[in-house]
Amino acid sequence: MADLVTLSSLAVGSSAVLREFPKQGVAFLRLREMGMLPGTTLTLVRTAPLGDPIEIKVRGYSLTLRKSEADHVMVEPAAGSTMKMTNFQ
Amino acid sequence: MNPPPTQPAPARAPASVYALVGNPNCGKSTLFNALTGLKQKVGNYPGVTVERKVGTTYTQHGHPLTLIDLPGTYSLAARSPDEAVTRDVLLGRRADTAMPDRIVCVVDATNLERNLYLVHQILDLGRPVILVLNMMDVAEQAGLKIHTSRLEHILGIPVIACAASSGRGLIDLKLALSRTDLPLSRHAWDIPPAIAPAVSELQASLQDNDDKPPLIARAEALLLLTDQDSVRVAGSTPLSARTREILQHWENRWAADGTDWAAALVNARYDSIGLLTADIVSTASTAPVGPSRSDRIDAWVTHPVWGWCIFGVIMATMFLSIFTFAGIPMGWIESLVATISAGVSDLIPPGELHDLIIDGAISGVEGVIIFLPQILILFLFIGLLESTGYMARAAFIMDRLMSKVGLNGRSFIPLLGSYACAIPGIMAARTIEQPKDRLVTILVAPFMSCSARLPVYLLLIAALVPEEQVPVGPKILIMLLMYALGTFGAFGFAWLFKKTLLRGAPPLMIMELPPYRLPRIRDVLLQMIERGGLFVKRAGTIILGLSIVLWFLANYPKVPENQPEVDPLSYSMAGRAGHALEPVIAPLGFDWRIGIGLIQSFAAREVFNSAMGVIFAVEETGDEEETRTHLRDALRAAERPDGSKLFTPLICLNLMVFYVFAMQCISTIAVVKRETNSWRWPLFQLGYMTGFAWFVCLLIYQVGHTLGY
Repeated sequence: MADLVTLSSLAVGSSAVLREFPKQGVAFLRLREMGMLPGTTLTLVRTAPLGDPIEIKVRGYSLTLRKSEADHVMVEPAAGSTMKMTNFQ
Repeated sequence: MNPPPTQPAPARAPASVYALVGNPNCGKSTLFNALTGLKQKVGNYPGVTVERKVGTTYTQHGHPLTLIDLPGTYSLAARSPDEAVTRDVLLGRRADTAMPDRIVCVVDATNLERNLYLVHQILDLGRPVILVLNMMDVAEQAGLKIHTSRLEHILGIPVIACAASSGRGLIDLKLALSRTDLPLSRHAWDIPPAIAPAVSELQASLQDNDDKPPLIARAEALLLLTDQDSVRVAGSTPLSARTREILQHWENRWAADGTDWAAALVNARYDSIGLLTADIVSTASTAPVGPSRSDRIDAWVTHPVWGWCIFGVIMATMFLSIFTFAGIPMGWIESLVATISAGVSDLIPPGELHDLIIDGAISGVEGVIIFLPQILILFLFIGLLESTGYMARAAFIMDRLMSKVGLNGRSFIPLLGSYACAIPGIMAARTIEQPKDRLVTILVAPFMSCSARLPVYLLLIAALVPEEQVPVGPKILIMLLMYALGTFGAFGFAWLFKKTLLRGAPPLMIMELPPYRLPRIRDVLLQMIERGGLFVKRAGTIILGLSIVLWFLANYPKVPENQPEVDPLSYSMAGRAGHALEPVIAPLGFDWRIGIGLIQSFAAREVFNSAMGVIFAVEETGDEEETRTHLRDALRAAERPDGSKLFTPLICLNLMVFYVFAMQCISTIAVVKRETNSWRWPLFQLGYMTGFAWFVCLLIYQVGHTLGY
């Protein structure tokens, strides 16, 4: 298995596969119920203008969460998968 | 593993009760409005501030059907009081709401997997379900092909393709709602083997000890195993001790051997959903590629520079609309009330009854409806922002700033609205999910300088800044200082409350950013009117009652005829209360005349000005500006018994500061009582805000006085 990084450290526009997740905590149960499961692919779409929270794409919809939660979500970056996003140019 | 559908429960009685459930943003409200039209009743679930919406729709044969629109949720494992109500109604746990016979599940067809999670839980309840695939038009545009008939075949329940916003599929849905026999789902899924014995044991206990019917018992058992931080709300029945014991036993056992039971259950459901969607959803080769329209809009809306500009423009528009446009209908209301008063005046001879009706009752009613324009405008904006999807973006942008004081992005709009008037602001706090954050927002909202404080500030600044020729600069500066003080007060106390009294888990920002959509004006207007109606119904009676009490206090007892030189206000109970208050406010530099003004302000803060007018015998002229100038001169001339000036610059400033911080508005108290469902919080708010104001003013006056001002 490739090296795991935290979801919050992912570069904007890149995709990764979710691998590990804290067992406890209401926040993480709800994230699971909203479809973030080990093995799910997600993309970090953007961070808010002040750097927190972050927006990710998961199972075809956009979800926001704070970095304090994203710090506990371990993901495996997909090789060379920087998806082309509409970054403002 | 699903129990065989042995009891199809053929509900032949036409008066079936349907519950409408679905994820947030799935178009459930639009569907509810389309089905029920104006035949809706909005209220509260007893004991909680969760909106209860019930409507009537008709079968093809004209029989009425009751539809309960339950709060949107992603899961039955509730995380907020709203979600807990959905869970408890569906499970028949609430004493005040009968368990619905049948369930309509609304899902967003563009996002089937996540939406089906809730459906999956609901199918376990073993009651007839109709599945509505809403937003089929959007799904088709996105190139998604959903085989509705195949889904119907697999689940064994009616599945209806629908687009509620255009009315497509509504006839089919009505036909399904009209069916006397609705089949139960034949969908089955595998509970993970490690957990299955616990489910059976809990189910048995729930049947034996909690009197649950078998299928509900099974659903409850499954839910107990995922509902980690179970939200209990008033009106729901607690579990039996035996069931709790079994649950505790299994949880301890799993914790010891490392089984992650909640995760295993969620995974098993998603596995089952994955099998289902693989069968029924295909993506057309013509599906559009690249970023969606919403992604392209968001590149602007959440941009580090343009995002703030857009946000600023929208918020400024909203704020200025409340502040200025509301003034027009408020003027109409005032002149209408004046006309009615004049009419009544002609009918009733002058006397006590005349005064009671005109100055007590009619102006009390005016005191209620005068808030409506601001409430309606704020909720028009909130409705538009919510139905377009911008509201979630505003919260996304503001979250970081609000998190500094322990709140989340959702608290911003209620606080902003409070600059116009705390009443709509406090009502807008309903958009905040977490109960503690909602309460903190409500508690600090009245610190924001509302429009009723403005006339008081204007008068006192006029009295404070000596010459007419002084440039407007210092005046504006003082005004801004007052607004800034209130804002700091609100954020400071929010931070303090989140650290102490209402400490809780840091608020989450787990929020869906729904795709941008055109607003559905009908839904927005309906919601706006509902809010206005709720305000009149719920807070109106309290405001009316309190205004009449205040009127009585300010008018009785009457001055005896042999003492014409005494002004009636000073002679009244309110006036005497002003005298009685003097020892308390004297350390702040205020005398009994100011005390009367402070007491009178409870009707509305701007009444301070007219109370001063009465006390200093200033003639009211038709022109507001002119009256204020006369009043200002009167204030400047006012002296204490020892001949020193009463309204020194220090006193004017101190009085303004008192108005910034003190809670002096019965209408706000009434709304807070309604929104928090108890007298505890409004009284606490009255105490802490006024206490803080007193303390700050004490400090300012004593320091200022010592320094010789």
